[in-house]
Amino acid sequence: MTRIAARGAALLSLLLITLAFLGPFLWVLIASVQPEASLSAAPTLTFSLDNFKAVLTWETIILPLINSIVISGSTAILTVLVAGLAAYPLSRYQLRYRRHFMLTLLFTTGLPVTAILVPVYAMFFRFNLYGSVPAMVLFLTASSLPFSIWMMKNFMDGVPISLEEAAWVDGAGWTQSLRAVVGPLMAPGIAVVAIFVFVGQWGNFFAPFVLLDTPEKQPAAVTIYTFFSQYGQVAYGQLAAFSVLYTAPAVVLYVAVNKYLAGSFNFAGSVKG
Amino acid sequence: MTVATALSPAVTGSPAGGPARRRRVLRWLLPMAPALVLLALFLAGPILWSVYIAFTNETLTGSASVHSQFVGFDNFTRMFADPNFVNSFLLTFVFVIGSAVIGQNTLGLIIALLQRGRGRVTRSVVNGVVIGAWVMPEIVAAACWFSFLAEDGTLNRVLGISQEWLYTAPMLAVILANVWRGTAFSMLVYSAALSEVPPDLVEAAAVDGASPARRLLHITLPLIRRSIMSNLMLITLQTLASFGLIYALTGGGPGTASQTTPLYMYEQAFRYFEIGYGSAIALVMLVIGALFSLIYLRLIKVEDA
Repeated sequence: MTRIAARGAALLSLLLITLAFLGPFLWVLIASVQPEASLSAAPTLTFSLDNFKAVLTWETIILPLINSIVISGSTAILTVLVAGLAAYPLSRYQLRYRRHFMLTLLFTTGLPVTAILVPVYAMFFRFNLYGSVPAMVLFLTASSLPFSIWMMKNFMDGVPISLEEAAWVDGAGWTQSLRAVVGPLMAPGIAVVAIFVFVGQWGNFFAPFVLLDTPEKQPAAVTIYTFFSQYGQVAYGQLAAFSVLYTAPAVVLYVAVNKYLAGSFNFAGSVKG
Repeated sequence: MTVATALSPAVTGSPAGGPARRRRVLRWLLPMAPALVLLALFLAGPILWSVYIAFTNETLTGSASVHSQFVGFDNFTRMFADPNFVNSFLLTFVFVIGSAVIGQNTLGLIIALLQRGRGRVTRSVVNGVVIGAWVMPEIVAAACWFSFLAEDGTLNRVLGISQEWLYTAPMLAVILANVWRGTAFSMLVYSAALSEVPPDLVEAAAVDGASPARRLLHITLPLIRRSIMSNLMLITLQTLASFGLIYALTGGGPGTASQTTPLYMYEQAFRYFEIGYGSAIALVMLVIGALFSLIYLRLIKVEDA
């Protein structure tokens, strides 16, 4: 009897929590298809795609989304390449300072990137890099590296060294071995790291906000902020439509790697280096 | 082959030091070089640079932009004497304790506990919704909460009152929004930790007549204490530097009522272009972050790094 009551109470609490978390989402979804959405989610039975049509213009959303894809995409690709290379000796060789290096990487993941941006901004200003998208991508790559090298090394450790030996016998060097044997075998791991970095940068607001100078270079994260602060109160349905279009890629990519990421949450208990 | 020496350097290594030694260094240095260069130029470099400019009066406008001077600890004495900084520091403390340590941590643990033994459908629905809030970009999350808390927003409609929550209770608003957004992380950490608690231990206690509350307090929680501590460190680190959510939701206002340290730093460094002073604030944040990061490293067991 008490067992059933406890079960019911647990389910009821979960239901309440879920509803509470769902509230703000519902607003976005409902308001985006309402012809005249106001701040509150007061759903009417009308359905229209006018809001989507209104925001789907070049300056409002298409260019910012392209910028987001370019910035997040190049950061992800560069990070995977650089981290993959760096992970190889860490995974394969006996290096004297490996443990120190790995611990330093883990330590670095804890430092607030927000604070690092002040000197980065000052540096960019001094070296005429302020407003440069490639320079910002290099900074974003560097800030993604500590965690990515860590993850890449873990995935690489999962590829048995015996598989590489055959390639060595055939006279392959480490570059060939990495490209032809290890790389393909850890493809899922590479995808996880790439998507992880991509999604992280997709939502990154502060770095482009302070490092880029003109609206034409800004990714959607900054454009939606500008839209929100300028028209947020007036064009609410459009803001909601913008939010849906901007959020969707992040959600889709997250779902794609969800099951691989689950394992990395043991991070808080013990970390396998 | 250079790689072959990786397996048995003692056997295959060349006799005398010179070229073989260089090859051994190149063997790891070459692949790691791009990473080391990027980390040195864009992370270590700026951090060291901030240590330097924090002791100067560097600005991006006015005369000090051309001739910045060494000013010793002036920036730091100014900072700790500035009521706005002290205010921002206290608000950051309230924000971290309220939204991370109490909010996300407790709610994440509760959800993870409630999910144990539930069916797959229930788990994936709850996970989906909670994680959805986490995956959402922070500016969208801010827009959601703005609409929820605005004067003619959803909350007032539901309660049937008219209240400008973002003006009357800005800290409560940003704390709630951050709990909503960040709980998924703690939930995932605790789900992973709880799945490793042996069920027979808990069952044995149940057979001995221990109440659910006692089982939780004396068996489950002690078993996952390491996860609890490191989760607290990790979410503290994430929350400490939180900028976008607060900036988009309240802008630090009204006045400075929700201006946490990152927002204060932003105002000084990027609004008033006081780079020297801004770097000093950044340095204080980095030191605090480094301390928490070190505690985190001590807490986790790092196997075979």
